[in-house]
Amino acid sequence: MAFMTLFIITGAVAVAAALGLLFARNAVYAALFLVLNMFALAVLYLMLGAPFIAMVQITVYAGAIMVLFLFVIMLLGAEQLKEDGGPIAWQRPLALVLGVALLLEVTYFVFAALGTGVRLLPPPEGFGDPHAVGLTLFQQYLLPFEVTSVLLLVAMVGAIVLVKNGRARAASSSEAGEQ
Amino acid sequence: MVPTSFYIFLAALLFTIGAVAVLFRRNTLVIYMAVELMLNAANLAFVAFARQFEALDGQLFVFFVMTVAAAEVAVGLALIVTIFRTKHSVDIDAMHELKG
Repeated sequence: MAFMTLFIITGAVAVAAALGLLFARNAVYAALFLVLNMFALAVLYLMLGAPFIAMVQITVYAGAIMVLFLFVIMLLGAEQLKEDGGPIAWQRPLALVLGVALLLEVTYFVFAALGTGVRLLPPPEGFGDPHAVGLTLFQQYLLPFEVTSVLLLVAMVGAIVLVKNGRARAASSSEAGEQ
Repeated sequence: MVPTSFYIFLAALLFTIGAVAVLFRRNTLVIYMAVELMLNAANLAFVAFARQFEALDGQLFVFFVMTVAAAEVAVGLALIVTIFRTKHSVDIDAMHELKG
């Protein structure tokens, strides 16, 4: 019962934060709402027996990734943007209808396939703690882990190259403009 | 205990809000954050199913999704910064042509 109450409160916080992201006028507020959403999800991960993933969620997602987002928002000065309907007038009503249709579909299939049966078995001892996750990661998933390191390296080099080229091009175009 | 279907329903709800936000908003950075929200919703479904089947594989997939999301954010934000240099806007409608 305590778990159910906690789930309802945390789920309400997560949904409210997501709606805040949807409706926030200011991009910085939207980013902070997303941080709140990620903290709520970390609490849900803890309830689901995934303490390691919950901590990684807070440090990597709410910490590193969102700081990068906030940094770029403030760097570009793109907090406020005129949010009118855009060139296609029927886009937003259609988006709402399609979103509701998607939600109804998924809800139907989730409850049809899984039901609302309560599984009372507690998780096995040590399920999801860093020890168990580490053993599985470095035995069963060693190759994907190494591929991930290459992916991060490629992403880092790619980000640097993209920004560096942009600066060179902007500098050359401004020089051309002066001449 | 909370049934697994409730967690999956919450994940579906968050995913839908993210998808609608992608279609609603005009600010590229907010659209990008909505994509992150959808990734998070998928992660919640992964962890919920990992709990139901008592298999750690679901949690490790979340770990890999987070790594890919970090790489994606780094490259994507670099792209947005580069586009901003030429278009001087983050409005999604400013990016309607391939020529820079």
